[in-house]
Amino acid sequence: MWEYTDKVKEHFLNPMNVGEVENANGVGEVGSLACGDALTLSLKINEQGIIEDAKFKTFGCASAIASSSALTEIVKGMNIEEAAKITNEDIANFLGGLPKEKMHCSVMGREALEAAIANYRGITLPMAEGEVVCECFGVTDLEVRRAILESNLRTVEEITNFTKAGGGCGKCHDRLEELLREARHESIQAVIPDQRTKRLTNIQKIKMIEDVLEREIRPALRKDGGDIELIDVDGDFVMVSLRGACGSCTKSQTTLKEYVEKKLREQVLDTLIVEEDKQ
Amino acid sequence: MSGNESTKVVYMDNNATTRVAPEVLEVMLPYFSDLYGNPSSMHTFGGQVGAAVIKARKNIASLIGASPDELVFTSCGTESDSTAILSALQSLPGKRHIVTTRVEHPAVKNLCETLDTLTGHKHNVTQLPVESDGTIDLQKYEESLGDETAIVSIMWANNETGVIFPIAEMARIAKSRNILFHTDAVQAVGKVPINLAEVPVDFLSISGHKLHAPKGVGVLYVRKGTPFVPFMIGGHQEHGRRGGTENVASIIGLGMACELAVGHMEEENTRVKALRDKLENGLLTSIPNAMLNGHKDQRLPNTTNVSFEFVEGESILLHMDRYGICASSGSACTSGSLEPSHVLRAMGVPFTAAHGSIRFSLSIYNTEEEVDYILEKMPPIIANLRAMSPFWKSSHQGRVGKSQCKCEC
Repeated sequence: MWEYTDKVKEHFLNPMNVGEVENANGVGEVGSLACGDALTLSLKINEQGIIEDAKFKTFGCASAIASSSALTEIVKGMNIEEAAKITNEDIANFLGGLPKEKMHCSVMGREALEAAIANYRGITLPMAEGEVVCECFGVTDLEVRRAILESNLRTVEEITNFTKAGGGCGKCHDRLEELLREARHESIQAVIPDQRTKRLTNIQKIKMIEDVLEREIRPALRKDGGDIELIDVDGDFVMVSLRGACGSCTKSQTTLKEYVEKKLREQVLDTLIVEEDKQ
Repeated sequence: MSGNESTKVVYMDNNATTRVAPEVLEVMLPYFSDLYGNPSSMHTFGGQVGAAVIKARKNIASLIGASPDELVFTSCGTESDSTAILSALQSLPGKRHIVTTRVEHPAVKNLCETLDTLTGHKHNVTQLPVESDGTIDLQKYEESLGDETAIVSIMWANNETGVIFPIAEMARIAKSRNILFHTDAVQAVGKVPINLAEVPVDFLSISGHKLHAPKGVGVLYVRKGTPFVPFMIGGHQEHGRRGGTENVASIIGLGMACELAVGHMEEENTRVKALRDKLENGLLTSIPNAMLNGHKDQRLPNTTNVSFEFVEGESILLHMDRYGICASSGSACTSGSLEPSHVLRAMGVPFTAAHGSIRFSLSIYNTEEEVDYILEKMPPIIANLRAMSPFWKSSHQGRVGKSQCKCEC
């Protein structure tokens, strides 16, 4: 169970300003069903630039609803110049804080506010134009950079907590690391060598496999009109392709396991698994 | 959440954990006070404890149709799962292929995904897909087995949907090909009849707290003759199969829980099942855009998993919590991750529904009044949250939404 403050609970159980403002002149929509949270903020801004009314509709968890409610309470009666300066921290602080995994809810509030103000001013936000880094949640590099600088983020996990980027398939983690380093002007740390007493390195392993293939296995296969080629080494998996007579031989699997694998296990590493590359 | 407006507790989260049965607690208590001996001791004082452990072992074995010496006591279901899988891989060092499913509990799923770093060897893991109703295609299963397959690990029943897999048939197929078979049966034991004399699995995991015994005790069934390598290395306990002084009181409690489960099996599959069906049908008829996740019949008698479209699970749960209603959700927010349940995603449940899934899991301690109470409270909770949802439009009535996921998950 999440540790929510009383203020979060209050705004979740009895949210303020739910709905859509009639004749709204600034509307911001962020998030999506797929992402698990979404917020539509509608504002009524008068000629003096004062936000007369603000309402929200939110799909999401307790902190998403509470953040939306808090946001509308904060901005009502505010000048849009002032409102444009509101940060996600302001929303989180209004609620007495949010669990760190839920900070993205406050970021969503800030984004909706920006989108609504941009909509009122008739401009397109630059954030949406960046390069999408996280495909799962549709987060751009500009959004990530901004979160890193504004909230002083230091790890990929923190980026995920604030922007959701990297919280899905995880494929963008390297790119996020890169953005972190760029944004924080950190030089790429020298790779610290692994000091553990070690098995073979990849290069050593590949060299030894090639050596055994060349010295022993290939000459033996050639006697029967066959040949073998090393395709790849992935961990303990040795991918090979059988050529010549071996390629069409019905006993090729036996050759592979009983001879090639056995030889390699004896002479290189006893955990190797030899497999035929079918492509 | 302190917004709880009633002190009433309606507990329908029994797949998460169960109450310790009063009878179980009663038999356990002496082993915390007077009967504190070590069952391995040579003196009568310890020996009498050993005798009680033997009796518990018999009771547990008879619930699943096993022989007592085929049971190894562990600390939990997760330990049982780890022990079984790692044992199989160690006893068959040349084989590095594992067949499992996309809907396994993290105890199996995460272990399989971590094997390479854990063991330093590359493993090949096949995670079988499931159909949209959560069932497995037996043909796909059969095709996945190969000469390199060391072990199959497939749960007996799924914790989130309650869907039951055809373990007997799958175990027979594995056996005919000389492949070891493990099943995580923590959700099934005590809820549906299991007879291992007829189901040729090699390993089966049990967790005490899922069947009204305390937390902190589990069992791994290891079929006689199955090669075994211990996970916890230590003393001679469990005939050298699991070191560490026995968790005596909990083992004795589990023995009693299994004895009770034998007696309650019929009630579980009649009265509890009827309550589950009443709850499920009531929710599906009184709330629009609600759908059942999982196969309707091939399922545990106590579990129902219903999705309410366009609303989010954590919000639903916290509103239910105000009325003291305890259940679970497969939504992203409740898991602390950002994506909804891997089980629902594997079934292809649309995002409109996956985030709003609620699992109710009943036990023999539930009553019809409780079901009626939930049926009274749920519709306004969902309606209230939908009124707040930007996706809920009156045009959605009766339509099941679809939402495309951009990533490959």
